[in-house]
Formats: sequence, C-alpha cells, structure tokens
Amino acid sequence: MGFFDDKQEWLAEVFAQYPADRRRSALMPLLRRVQQDEGYVDFERMKEIAELVGTTATEVAGVMSFYSYYQGLPTGKYHIQVCRTLSCKLAGSDELWHTLTERLGILPGEVTEDGRFSLQAVECLGSCHTGPVIQINDEPYVERVTKARLEALLEGLEQDKPLEEVRRTLPDEEKMGKATIELEGEGGAS
Amino acid sequence: MSEGPITSGHDPRFSPTLYAHVGKPNSWTLDYYLSHGGYETARAVLTGKQPEEVVEEVKKSGLRGRGGAGFPTGVKWSFMPNDGQQHYLICNADESEPASFKDRYLMEDDPHQLIEGMIIGGFAIRATKGYIYIRGEYRKAYDRLVGAIGEAYERGYLGKNLFGSGFDFDLYVHRGAGAYICGEETALMNSLEGLRANPRMKPPFPAQSGLYGKPTTINNVESLASVVHIVQRGADWFAQMGTERSKGMKLFQVSGPAKRPGVYELPMGTTFRELIYDWAGGPTEPIKAFIPGGSSTPMLPFTDEYLDLPMDYESLVAAKSALGTGGVVLIPESVCIVDSVWNLIRFYGHESCGKCTPCREGVSGWLPQLFEKFERGQATHEDLKTMEDLLDQIEGRSFCPLADAAVWPIRGALRHFRDEFLHHIEHGTCAVKSGPRWR
Repeated sequence: MGFFDDKQEWLAEVFAQYPADRRRSALMPLLRRVQQDEGYVDFERMKEIAELVGTTATEVAGVMSFYSYYQGLPTGKYHIQVCRTLSCKLAGSDELWHTLTERLGILPGEVTEDGRFSLQAVECLGSCHTGPVIQINDEPYVERVTKARLEALLEGLEQDKPLEEVRRTLPDEEKMGKATIELEGEGGAS
Repeated sequence: MSEGPITSGHDPRFSPTLYAHVGKPNSWTLDYYLSHGGYETARAVLTGKQPEEVVEEVKKSGLRGRGGAGFPTGVKWSFMPNDGQQHYLICNADESEPASFKDRYLMEDDPHQLIEGMIIGGFAIRATKGYIYIRGEYRKAYDRLVGAIGEAYERGYLGKNLFGSGFDFDLYVHRGAGAYICGEETALMNSLEGLRANPRMKPPFPAQSGLYGKPTTINNVESLASVVHIVQRGADWFAQMGTERSKGMKLFQVSGPAKRPGVYELPMGTTFRELIYDWAGGPTEPIKAFIPGGSSTPMLPFTDEYLDLPMDYESLVAAKSALGTGGVVLIPESVCIVDSVWNLIRFYGHESCGKCTPCREGVSGWLPQLFEKFERGQATHEDLKTMEDLLDQIEGRSFCPLADAAVWPIRGALRHFRDEFLHHIEHGTCAVKSGPRWR
C-alpha cells in the first residue's frame, strides 16, 4: 500500500493551494509529510510523489537534495538539528556540537543504537538572540541550549517523556520564545 | 527633540507600531486584532480607494523593502501591469540571512497584521491570490499563520467579496525546507513551483512574468506589515521618521554577547550606540567589531566613529557597508576575526545553489579551501593575494547576489582587521586566544 493511499483528503487540501494545472507545486509539502511521518524519504516514496505531482522520481530526488530538511537515510526518533552559524557559534554552538556527538556517540548520518537520536549540523535557524539553538524534528526550537538545559532535555527524552512536556519543564523556559531575552545575571562568558 | 525628523527611539513622538502587540497575551488571535482596530484599514482601502491611490501613498511614504536590498516598495508595485491577468502577491518570509529574526515575531505574535498588509498589497497590485513563503524551520510562526488565516476565512476577512467591495483575496502558506537561496525572489518562485531553487534570468522581471508565468510582486514580511500603518496614518506620518532618503521605522536586531539581545523597533537614523547600549543593554564582554546589517554586510570596528553612525541606508554605504536587514552582531575581543568570517564563508559555500561558476567554484570551492589553509596555519602571503584576486573575480560577476553576499564579509574583515589574517600567515595561529563560550 502506498504512503498516500489513506491520505486522500489531506492530499486534496494540499493540491487545492495551487492552480489545478500546477500540481508540481505540491512536491515540497508531500516530501515534508513523508519526512515527518517516516523520518526519511526512500526511493519508493519518491516514485509515489513523482506520480502524484506528475514528474519523475529523479526530478523529485533532485529537488529533495537541494534542501537540508529532507533526509535520504533513516533518522532517529529525535532528529537533533544544531545551528552552527555565527551568532550561535558566539554562544558556544561548537562546544555544544562536540558535547552532543560525544554524549550520544554518533555523527551525522548515524542513529543511536536505541533508535532514539540522530544529529545534523544546520545553518542559521533565525533565532540568533537565543543561541545556541537546536530544532528537534519539525517542532518549535529549543532556545538558549545551555549545559543545564541540554542535560535536562536529553534526560527527559531518554525517559521517553513527550518532547513538549520536556521542553516546558526545562530550566528558564519561561524566558524563551520572545523577541528579546534578558541575560543579565547569567554571568559573562568564561 | 520635538522639531524635525524623528531619529531616536527616545523621541517622545515615537512609539512602536509594527511590534506594538508582540509579546502580548493572545496577540495572535483575531479577537485581539479586531479589538485593536484590526482590518479597519483594509476595509477603508477596499471600499474607498483605487489601487493607484494605494500605490501612490506607499511611494510617497518612501518605504524601502525591508528584506535587505532596500528597493522602494511603491515603485515595485507600480511595475505591475493592469492587464486583467491573474496576478500574485508573494510574501517573502524566508528570513534566512544570519543575524535576522525580526519577521519571525511579526508572524508568531501578530499574524493578522501581515494578512491585512497582504490584503491591501494584493488590492494595490490587483492580485487576488497571495502566498506566504515561510522558511520551513519556523514551525511556531507557521502554526500561528495557518491558525490566523483559518480564522480570517471563517469571519470573512479572506475569500470572496471582502467587505462587500467585490475584491476577492485568497491566501496560502508554503513552507520552505532549508535553503538560504530561497530568499532570492526568483529562486523562491521556482521553489514554490516545486523546482530546485535556482534563481531565474532577469528580465523578465517578476512583475512581467513571475509565479506560474504571471505578473507577481514579492515583498518582505516587515514591508507588508509597514504598509498597514502607512495607509492608516498616511505617508507623511511615516516620512517624518528617519533621514532624508531612509524613511520610517525599522526592526533592528542585536545578537552576540549583549545583555538584552533581541528585536527593537526604532526610527531609521537611530545610532548603533543607542540600539546597542540603550535598548540592548550594552555588551557583556569587550567587543572589537560589529556586523551592522546581517551576515553579508561588511563588519565595522566597535569604535566611537562607527557606533555614532545613524542606521540608514546612505550612512552605511558611506562607511563601505550596508544596512541590510538591520541585524547587528557583536564580535568579542577574544574571538578570532578569521574564524568568524570563515564561519560565514562556510555558510555561503553551503548555501550556494551551484548554478553559476563564480559562486559554485569561488564561494563553495576556492574560498573555503583558502580559509582552511588559514585555519590550519598553512596560509602564505601569496594565498592572501589569491583570495583578494578571487574576490574581484567573484564580486559583480555572479548570477544572483548570493556570491556578493559572501565577498562582502571578507572585504570588511580585510579592511579593518587585516592584521588578524597576517597573524595567521606569520604565526600559524589566531591573533587572540579564544576560551570556551558555551555556558
């Protein structure tokens, strides 16, 4: 059975966003749906998408490889994307990245043995004032990932608590998600 | 302070409009928006004005595109033909220039303001369909926009015959998937059409042949939100803020080691000093340089001369930099300039789409190789000369502005911090010793 067979209503909604003779515009939303539900997009799915939007699987693969979000290899239950661009770097994203690779024992393209985590270094996520920033799967960012907040995050996920609940209970979470952030009292960089 | 143009956030005549509701409880809901006068401007426009009048008002205000390039919005709108074809209005919400995060909160906390701006913009350019192209990572903003659009349809603020005017407007959200180049307007249209996001040849310009080959205008989120206030309060209200050729209010951003990093809405012409010290609380450690307007804009020394520059398009050009998206990054004394610029070159190298030779070979090939040599202590004076030659070969010779955006940060760094490059050549190491930065 195809991935989209039982999603006809959803498909119709997506196609309705674009002119009737421009089904190819739905290529990105369809790729995203597979990525969200299956953690990666394999060739069978590319063929299925190609048929739905009226192109070839090779074309779909070409579009897919252009963007950093779609993955061609399986990812963990929690795919952790770590921003490494300048403002996050100034807030310690290099050290955060090294800590994560060591703590989880994986590099990009790998998944932890329990299937829980995979890692990807990504470019600017647009949360430069709350660096270092990570994004897990397609969820809202985890901002200001200090050592304490990272530890609490990983511990919560290792206990299989829902991501949203884990985030809500991270230290200082009430300061996050805002256009400005007050860092007084945090102490200077060492 | 009560005479002449408004060029400071301390001026008593100034108060935020774009960000007036950011951070307020339930600010993203239709009920909140309506209780603060929401959609009244769109109603007045659709039931009482001609499209040309709206274009004229926006032209007169002096609004320049807030996505970075600064092209006059009203002029852009006036390029749209009156030909009876399907027209499209696209909101560029790809916000992917490092150091920029202002549009994000316009969408998360005030999505109806953007929708109202798009209705007015759509009316002005005779577009009955709009797309918001939002970067894929902005999940919360996406959810809020979709929620707001749903509410607007339910209560008749989107769809057919708005306010009984006979004008229809449909609005859709299309999510990107992680590609900086999608901020370039023709690449964005290709992405929206389900193609690889390579930029298109211009001409034809989008106003002649854009999305699906139809006349199209692409505006930044902040530009469209600004339109609501310009039309509501008048071009003169907008133009009393700012400097001779840089009018109105603008969203500025501060990141790097400051006490209160974030987004600040201020009049054009406000100084960097006021933004960094009065609003963002000042640095938390000694600073030697700052990037004035997003990662592509050449860095400037953190000295009185540059801190007192007014934030407007012309002053930054005179200082051999650019206002860009208004994203300021503070670079500490203890961080190596070569390392910092290498971080940005790696970014542009990764984001190059590969279409044209100067960018593919230069930005994602030669420049990273040269920086690797600097980083490893293997660079020679000859390599520095090669790099400078290469910058001349890339700048102005690429298909789209991405390659120029990679050249400029290196230019700025070499202009003001050449000694740090020379230190790498002569000693094989950074000129400063960086400690750990993660807390």
